[in-house]
Amino acid sequence: MNQHVTRTIKEKFPEYVTDSHAFRGDETVVIKREALLEVAGYLRDGLGFEFLMDLTAVDYPGREERFEMVYHFFSLSANLRLRLKAPVGGQNPVIASLTPLWSGANWFEREVYDMFGIKFEGHPDLRRILMYDTFEGHPLRRDYPLDKRQPRLPHRD
Amino acid sequence: MGTKNAELPKNWSVEDLGEGRMILNMGPSHPAMHGIVRILLTVEGERVAEADVEIGYLHRGFEKTCENVTYNQVIPYTDRLNYVSPFINNAGFSLAVEKLLDIETPERCKYLRVIMSELGRLQDHLTCIGANAMEQGAFTVYFYLINARECLYRLTDAVSGGRVTPAYTRIGGVTGDLPPDFRAGTAEAFRKVRKNLGDADKLLTRNRIFVDRMRGTGVISKQDAIALSFTGPVLRACGVPYDVRKAAPYLVYDRFDFTVPVGGSGDNYDRYLVRMEEMNQSMRIVEQALAQIPEGPIRHPDFNVSLPAKEEVYGNIEALMAHFKLTFEGVKPPAGEVYQAVEGGNGELGYYVVSDGSGKPYRVRVRPPCFPLVAGLSKLIKGGYIADIISTFGMINMIGGELER
Repeated sequence: MNQHVTRTIKEKFPEYVTDSHAFRGDETVVIKREALLEVAGYLRDGLGFEFLMDLTAVDYPGREERFEMVYHFFSLSANLRLRLKAPVGGQNPVIASLTPLWSGANWFEREVYDMFGIKFEGHPDLRRILMYDTFEGHPLRRDYPLDKRQPRLPHRD
Repeated sequence: MGTKNAELPKNWSVEDLGEGRMILNMGPSHPAMHGIVRILLTVEGERVAEADVEIGYLHRGFEKTCENVTYNQVIPYTDRLNYVSPFINNAGFSLAVEKLLDIETPERCKYLRVIMSELGRLQDHLTCIGANAMEQGAFTVYFYLINARECLYRLTDAVSGGRVTPAYTRIGGVTGDLPPDFRAGTAEAFRKVRKNLGDADKLLTRNRIFVDRMRGTGVISKQDAIALSFTGPVLRACGVPYDVRKAAPYLVYDRFDFTVPVGGSGDNYDRYLVRMEEMNQSMRIVEQALAQIPEGPIRHPDFNVSLPAKEEVYGNIEALMAHFKLTFEGVKPPAGEVYQAVEGGNGELGYYVVSDGSGKPYRVRVRPPCFPLVAGLSKLIKGGYIADIISTFGMINMIGGELER
């Protein structure tokens, strides 16, 4: 349906696109993480994807680059959807923030930082959002035990 | 109110608060903060200068829990996302997993899901407008609308066996068919809903006090709303006609005649008008669906997807094995990932499900419609009066369950 979008991105950024597929009709493009801002900017300004619908991450501990950032874009004018994925790895996983392009990325990225510990370069206010400040670890990482307990917060005067 | 550093947001300090400004702590336990949200306000007199919205008081680890249960066991958890319109959450999650499995549910099941989803939307909007009217002093309207909602709760309760947590869908089907008197019950309930909505309309829409508090408060422009990923009634009130039911019709939404109301000014009053009209459209959809609904099965026939009937289980070894395997191991979609969006009460409700081929989801991500809305709340209330926070927050229709999962 919207294969031409995938093709356009591949032609525009041949050195950054590492993979693409359309499982069950969901067009997906995998890019290198350093190209994120450039590709996302092109999606918004060049291809008319004005909505950043969702932004999340998935943890694959077995992979060389452990995390995968997943972005869902939507174009209202063309009624198209596109999924952009970018692997992030290393001891200190970090990727560019999309807040300069979409102000709505702010909280989505805070949630990913809170749940996965991925840092966002250029984020104006990166701090935990759902968990409390003294919480240790990142609960949605696969190696965070389901039944782990953490001490309750001390009462504040 | 206070000046202790412990009560200030992270990046603020008393030193650079500014002359004549004051910190005001709204919530987390405040009658108008439906559920628990804390807004740290910096005010200049009656005006909001800065606002920091703090959430997380209702976080239950929904996404983490989902990774450790089978697909069908996720469905009761989805009830607790938007607990005012649980049917939409149920349907959305089932649709996502069915997309992974690449199966279609029987026609009758699709119609049932549409009917229940629209009743859920009605319940959602009735609660939103009723509660908001109450907070602005129109207590009568609250009772009118909550009475109407009660009629709908009785209807959905008769179908699913639950008022707030129905867990109505299963992967590949729904739990039960319509009771025999459902058509008559719907006609009766809709008469009541229409009457009460008409009364509420007379009491609110041209009411001087209500209009003064809603018109021109919580304004956002079309561009800002899109940049903030707003969807649903709040986006449509800005004049953007985006509705998932029209943009990407799922289930059988392409077979109904309904319109998507849009506003123009992007203020609270338009959000109220959009919601009022959406309820009329939802009732039209339900009536058309009831006229069109075909007879037939309500569950997918494949034993690898949905549980066989009890008679089959007790009389047939294949069905017994399927029952055992489905109960203990669950449905096993092929490895892959899908994103399925449905139109929730507050906007686009998206499920991003990753499967590794086992009986448990590898990752379930919910795109809660009110998360971006609450993220944009500080922008909506900045510059306005403290009192306007109530109407803006009410019209955002924050639902703690889906916001914090």
